Amino acid sequence: MSLSDIWDVLVLGVVLGSLYAVIAIGYTLVYGVLQLLNFAHSEVFMSGGFGGVIALTLVEPAAGPTGLQSAGYVLLGMGAGAVLGGAVAFGLEKAAYQPLRRRNAPRLVFLLTAIGASFFLYNLAGKLFGRYPMKMPTMYENKKLFEVFGAGVSVTQLIIVLAGVLMLLTVDLVVNRTKLGSGIRAVAQDPEAAALMGVDIDKVVSRTFVLGGLMGGVAGFLFGTNLQVDYTMGFLPGITAFAAAVLGGIGNVRGAMLGGLTLGVVESFTVEIWGDAWRYVGAFAVLVLVLMFRPTGLLGERVGRTA
Amino acid sequence: MSGVGLEKDTGPAPEAAGAAGALLELRDLHVCYGAIEALKGISLTVAEGEVVALLGANGAGKSTTLKAASGMLAPRTGEVLLRGERVDGIKSHELVHFGIGHVPEGRRVFARMSVLENLRMGAYRLRRPDPDDLDRVFSLFPVLARRRKQVSGTLSGGEQQMLAIGRALMGKPELLLLDEPSMGLAPLIVRQIFEILKEINAQGTTLLLVEQNASQALRLADRGYVLETGTVVMADAAPALLSDPRIRAAYLGEVPE
Repeated sequence: MSLSDIWDVLVLGVVLGSLYAVIAIGYTLVYGVLQLLNFAHSEVFMSGGFGGVIALTLVEPAAGPTGLQSAGYVLLGMGAGAVLGGAVAFGLEKAAYQPLRRRNAPRLVFLLTAIGASFFLYNLAGKLFGRYPMKMPTMYENKKLFEVFGAGVSVTQLIIVLAGVLMLLTVDLVVNRTKLGSGIRAVAQDPEAAALMGVDIDKVVSRTFVLGGLMGGVAGFLFGTNLQVDYTMGFLPGITAFAAAVLGGIGNVRGAMLGGLTLGVVESFTVEIWGDAWRYVGAFAVLVLVLMFRPTGLLGERVGRTA
Repeated sequence: MSGVGLEKDTGPAPEAAGAAGALLELRDLHVCYGAIEALKGISLTVAEGEVVALLGANGAGKSTTLKAASGMLAPRTGEVLLRGERVDGIKSHELVHFGIGHVPEGRRVFARMSVLENLRMGAYRLRRPDPDDLDRVFSLFPVLARRRKQVSGTLSGGEQQMLAIGRALMGKPELLLLDEPSMGLAPLIVRQIFEILKEINAQGTTLLLVEQNASQALRLADRGYVLETGTVVMADAAPALLSDPRIRAAYLGEVPE
C-alpha cells in the first residue's frame, strides 16, 4: 500500500466514520436518558434513506442541474430524511417505549421491544416500498472536487463530511448549551431529582428521540446517496454505530463521535488490507480490545444513575 | 336564598378555620408502595413562615410524607392542599411551579455537573432566572461560590448538602421540604447547616423538615410532629416536644428515670 493509497483509504474511512458518528449520537442520547439500547434506531436511519428517495423522486431532479438546483436537491433530501427520521423516532417512543415506562417495565422488556420494533419497521418498509434496492435520483455530477495528499475527494464525500461535522457540532451545542440539553443531562444523571427541578421527563425523553431521529434520518439519506436505499440498509450501519457508541463510552456524546470516526477508519483500512469479506471484523476486534482494557469506553465515565 | 347568606355569615367550619392560614395542609393521607401501606392517614398543617419538624424512626413514613407533598408520590386517598388548593395528583415537575422546593434524601446533586450547572438546574423552572438568586445562594453558602466550577460529585458530603439546598432555593420556593439534611454529616457541619436554615427561614421561606437528629430539628422548629408506622402519634410546639420525657427517651437517647 503506497502513501497515496493510505490517504485514499483514510478519506473513505472518515466519510464512513462521520456517518457512524452521526448515527451513534442517536444511540448514545437515548441510552443517556433511558438506559435503553434502542436497537430500532437503525430503522430510524433507514427511514431517512426512504424519505430522501421519495422526496427526490417526487420532484424529479432536472438533468444537468445548475449548482443552485443541486444544492436545493441535496437540502431537500436531507430535510426529507430528517423529517421522516424524526417522525419515526417520535412515533417509536410514543408507541413502543412510553407505554412500557408508564408500567415500569423491566429493562429486558425494553430491549425485546426495541428488537421487535426494528423487525416490524424494516419489514413494514419492505412492504410499503418493495424489497428491491432504490437508487437515489441524480442530484449533481459526482465528480472529483479536490485532492488531499493525492487522495481524491468527491462531491458526495464532501457533503457527507460537511453535513456530519455540522450536525455533530450542533448536537454538542444543544446538549451542552441549551435548556433542552441541560434537561437531557439532568434526566440522564438523576431523573427523580430532575423532576424536582421542574424537568418534564416525558417531554425530555420525547425530544431526545426526535433529536437523535433527525440526525439519524439525515445520515440515512447521505448513506443512501453514497450507495443505495433498501429496507435492510439499517442493520449493519446501525450495529456498527451502536458499537461506536459503546467504544466511545455509551451515554457520552463526544465519545460517540470519536467512536464513530475510529470505527469508520478501522473498517476502511481492514477492507483495504484484508479484503471486503473482513469488513466488520477489524472494527469489532478493535471494540473488543478497547473494552477489555477500558470497559467504560474511550471517553466513558461511570455510566448509569447516580444515587 | 337567604340561607346562603346565613351560611356565609356563620363562617367556615372549625376544621377549615384551623387551616385558613395554612400554606401546606395534608388531610388523612394514605400512601402505598404496592401492598404495603406506608402512610395510614397522616394529617398535618404548615403555616406560612413556620418551621415544622417531622420526627420518627426509620420507616415511620417521614420521607414518604414529603414525597407525597411534593408530588413524587401520588396518595391513594387523602388530600394535599397548598394555600387551600388541592394539588394531590399533580406531578412533581409541575408542582414546583406552585412554589414547592424539595431537597431529597441523599442530596441527589447532579454528580457530573459543576456546582454552577447544578444551581442553574435549580432555576430550570423559571423562564428568566434572577441573577440575584445566585448571589443570594452564594452569600448563604460562600463555599459554593469558591467551588462554582468544581464537578459536584467531588464535593464533600456537607458541601453537597449545601449545594442541594442552594439548588432548591434557586427555584424560588415558598415552602422548602428538607429530607434529613444532617444525614451522615459531622456535628460541626450540621450546626452550620441548621444556622443557614434558620437564616433561610428568616428571609421568608417556610420549612418542613424531616430529621433523625431530633434535638437539632426541634431547636430550629416552631412545631413538630412525631410519626410512628405511618401515623401521627404526637403533635406539639417544639419546646414542649423537646421537654417531653417520651421524646427524650425515644429520640434524644435519654434513659427514662
